[in-house]
Amino acid sequence: MSERTTDEPTTDEPIRDEPITEEPTAVELTKTAPDTGEEPGGPGRSGRPGAASVPVRRRRSPALVAGCVLVGLIVAVALVSLFWVPYAPDDTTGGRLMSPGLPHLLGTDKLGRDLLTQLMTGARIALEAGLGAIAIGTALGLCAGLAAGFATRWLDDTLSTLLDVLIAFPTLLLAMLMVAARSASLSSAVLAIGFAMTAVVARLTRILVKRVLAQDYITAARTSGTSWPRVITGHVLPNIWPTLVVNLAQQFGLAVMTEASLSFLGLGAPPPNASWGRMLHEAQATVFTAPTGVIAPGVLLVMLVVGVNLIADGLRDALDPTRRRTR
Amino acid sequence: MVDIPASVDRSSSLMISYLLRRLAFLAGSLFLAGVVIFLLLRLLPGDPANSLLSVGATPEQIAAARHEIGSDRPLPEQFVTWLGQLATFDLGNSFISSLPVGPEITSRLDVTVPLTLLSFLLAVVIAVPVGFVAARRSATWYGTLINGISQLGIAVPVFWIGMILITVFALRLGVLPAGGFPQDGWALPGEALTSLALPVITVALVMSASLVRYVRSAALDVLGSDYLRTARALGSSFNRAMWRHGMRNGAVPVVSVLGIELATTLLGAVVVETVFALPGLGSLLAQAVAQHDYPTVQGVLFVSTFAVLVIGFLSDVAQRLIDPRLRGRLSGGAR
Repeated sequence: MSERTTDEPTTDEPIRDEPITEEPTAVELTKTAPDTGEEPGGPGRSGRPGAASVPVRRRRSPALVAGCVLVGLIVAVALVSLFWVPYAPDDTTGGRLMSPGLPHLLGTDKLGRDLLTQLMTGARIALEAGLGAIAIGTALGLCAGLAAGFATRWLDDTLSTLLDVLIAFPTLLLAMLMVAARSASLSSAVLAIGFAMTAVVARLTRILVKRVLAQDYITAARTSGTSWPRVITGHVLPNIWPTLVVNLAQQFGLAVMTEASLSFLGLGAPPPNASWGRMLHEAQATVFTAPTGVIAPGVLLVMLVVGVNLIADGLRDALDPTRRRTR
Repeated sequence: MVDIPASVDRSSSLMISYLLRRLAFLAGSLFLAGVVIFLLLRLLPGDPANSLLSVGATPEQIAAARHEIGSDRPLPEQFVTWLGQLATFDLGNSFISSLPVGPEITSRLDVTVPLTLLSFLLAVVIAVPVGFVAARRSATWYGTLINGISQLGIAVPVFWIGMILITVFALRLGVLPAGGFPQDGWALPGEALTSLALPVITVALVMSASLVRYVRSAALDVLGSDYLRTARALGSSFNRAMWRHGMRNGAVPVVSVLGIELATTLLGAVVVETVFALPGLGSLLAQAVAQHDYPTVQGVLFVSTFAVLVIGFLSDVAQRLIDPRLRGRLSGGAR
């Protein structure tokens, strides 16, 4: 659920509760992740011996292209909103609940504010929320994950138990807690989403780091005198980033949804910062008289999240050499 | 997957030792969750006493309020007091209504638990067959269509679906109530169920969108597996091979995801309950957060975290019952 709620959670982080041992290969990591880029022809094909040796020309991933177009549109709108919006966000001089047309292209809300203006500002808020949460989650999560990956057994056990508990703690609740203690603002929301993401990123990083550290080339690098920092930058990070980037793209979508949910509950960025979630909340009562107010923010939100998920799928196909080979 | 008699003893003793270790882990993480909730509420800026005071309170009034709720005592002491209260199922009194938090939470669970379980069941009933068909017929147009719809479904916020369903079924067609819950709760089961219908459908739709993807991916693994091919080669019919080997192997990752989904739904209820104006746990939390009602926030968070951890426990145990090979491992994660 949204996060879908649901949390939640909507797209649940597929990797986080998988029974993963120390050994599995990269293929196994993505195995139970819902894969949408499945080739027609079925599952049996990739497993056939000899299939791997046939060189198949890689097509440009349609998912990646479609995702980039969708996200690109939203980014463009957000960029334009930095320099120009049709009306001021708090300009209530328009008539109330006007239908789409001139002079308000998409109509107005129940306070007479221009809908297009709010949608454009909302695009910026959504992207800020997603990017901010990703920045916090990556910075903290990568450090914690690397630390746990390199740590002694005892510290590693402690850290990963802590991470398990933190992951069980849903993003939306953490965000509500944060809002309760601070105030309803975009930064509260972003901080909370970022912290919740930290646990997910840290856990994934830890698993990936452990896997890389078990490889012979790490032993070889260490034996030949490479320092640990050089091993991290030269071997560990380059090997874990493809999986990490795919995961971060999915997390971006989740972060955008969570911010919308928070705003919908009235716990997000306060006015005049129009957030799609708050627009939906405000338009709920007038869905009959002014359906655009409900449809437009929802469509944009879905566009952004679908776009990001498509990019994640496309990246996974493009970056994971084992999948590419079996194509 | 059938247990060989000689290994039964070893297998069940492994299961018992697993249960003991997992229970200890559950207790440990519950304690840790308690610490996290407690510290988060205390360490974040702003004294909980502030919510008892009006603007412009004198320092004496502030001190009195702090003394009253005990926020002037050292943190470890406050924590021990709180643990003692928890042990006697006393979650404190609300700052706003002064009523005990525990009974309030119990009455809210009457809405949230049925909502969660019914949507969960409905989602499983939808997602398992649909996901299986999507995998079995992945090359057909409807296999692709299912895939596309579920891809779209996971990107749709639950409150938006809720609003659209309200518009269509409650406002336009008028067949189901748009929201609210009978005052007497479950005294009239029919009415209570009717008012839960739209929320349950909303949650189940969103949840099955993501479940379909997991079921499909698990089914794809099973369908492409060597053991299924071997069973078929040995003369087993497809249905028999699926039943004896496929179901059990495919169920493990799905059960793991089901556990997560169930937990997310329970907590995701906050948004759905707001859309449909249901007096559930989630709306209690949203209201308590808005009013800075710390005892209520703390109580709801603890109860829901407890539920989430227990669901995780049950899901882990179920996976070990299905697949004895996992019994050596403590929980879902790598350890």
